[in-house]
Amino acid sequence: MIAIIDYGAGNTKSVTNVLEELKVEFIVTSRETDINKSEKIIFPGVGEASFAIRKLHLTNLFTLLRITKKPLLGICLGMQLLSDKTEEGNTNCLSVIPTVCKKFEDEKNKVPQMGWNKVKIIKKNILFDEINDESFFYYANSYYMPINEFTIATSVYGNEFSAAIQKNNFYGVQFHPEKSGEAGIKLLKNFIEKC
Amino acid sequence: MLAKRIIPCLDVKNGKVVKGINFINLKDAGDAVELSFRYYKEFADELVFLDITATEEKRKTLVHLVEEVAKVIRIPFTVGGGISTINDIEQLLKAGADKVSLNSAIVKNPQLIKEASKQFGNQAIVAAIDLKKVNNQKKVFVNGGKLETDIDGLTWCQQVEQLGAGEILLTSMDNDGTRNGFDVDFLKIVQSKVSIPVIASGGAGNMNHFLNAFQIAKVDACLAAGIFHYDEIKIIDLKKYLHENGIEVRL
Repeated sequence: MIAIIDYGAGNTKSVTNVLEELKVEFIVTSRETDINKSEKIIFPGVGEASFAIRKLHLTNLFTLLRITKKPLLGICLGMQLLSDKTEEGNTNCLSVIPTVCKKFEDEKNKVPQMGWNKVKIIKKNILFDEINDESFFYYANSYYMPINEFTIATSVYGNEFSAAIQKNNFYGVQFHPEKSGEAGIKLLKNFIEKC
Repeated sequence: MLAKRIIPCLDVKNGKVVKGINFINLKDAGDAVELSFRYYKEFADELVFLDITATEEKRKTLVHLVEEVAKVIRIPFTVGGGISTINDIEQLLKAGADKVSLNSAIVKNPQLIKEASKQFGNQAIVAAIDLKKVNNQKKVFVNGGKLETDIDGLTWCQQVEQLGAGEILLTSMDNDGTRNGFDVDFLKIVQSKVSIPVIASGGAGNMNHFLNAFQIAKVDACLAAGIFHYDEIKIIDLKKYLHENGIEVRL
């Protein structure tokens, strides 16, 4: 079973629709006991960082998510929350990935980054198994995670940033695989079946 | 580099897709779902649903339609028409819509943009603006284009950005339905004055019109309805054409 973390702000419907299509058992939850019973965790994210972290503290999930040994996939804000800190609301995050998320600030580019961008795979990873390099994925973000030692794929929007990361059992994608057509479905399938 | 987006628009009236569709007999909302799926498969980058009866009849946009659409497509979509409260927005986003477009309601109550973008993120809030030339000035119209306001079009575009809208869907009522091309001159001005994405709408008649909007006005996305519904232009052919002409698109 897959636990999808619900912290009030995220649109979980798009993710659950894909899991239903893939015929995967899942539970949308903010309860520790449900997460303990699950094999994998999807940590989606739409909304604001400080609100999300506050919610994780309120539901007692903050520490659990930091130390879990289960495969976890953070999506969009869910990936950013794996960092030490984000400039959004000057928020301290889960400190899985030692980096600080920043706001896009190139004057030539509009913020949020909204639309389809090419994803370049820089380290071979099971998450991108059978997905073509430089495929397009859908983004909707104002903040980004800089490139770091755990970056496995990048995109360019003004500057190059982390499109996807992996550290041990922690995976993260800045784009929305659930909104990225066939390539996105494939990526979610890879996480569910191979990670 | 972000790809330029092609967005088919489905005008929904009483649950049916309207604006003359001759390739498929669309009878009810179920068929709107079918059409959505087809566009998804044909490489549309996004979809927009506008409940065109909603504002004047004070009817809520169909949450059920949103749920059904969200089940079958894996690209983002926006829903608009008659949305006037935070509660409306929440319901539609929870049903699976990625964004809502707000039109008459934000003219009446501009603070709604601020509240909504704070609660749901500005990526979820699209300001839909209908403009028509009156005495050589672009004026904002509301209630499905039926009611003229005193608001200047360009000023309103800048205001919605300041209030926190994540995107502007700009429809030229003068060009809409003419098939003579987008209002490139005005779009170019708007594009230079705002720093959120701009979607051009109204007037698409051929592939060159899209190229002009992207090349000259430098808009982020183009929206059209009739030419796609009638199958006059296939989205995939349009995207190939744009690609051949140096525009980055998702293929």
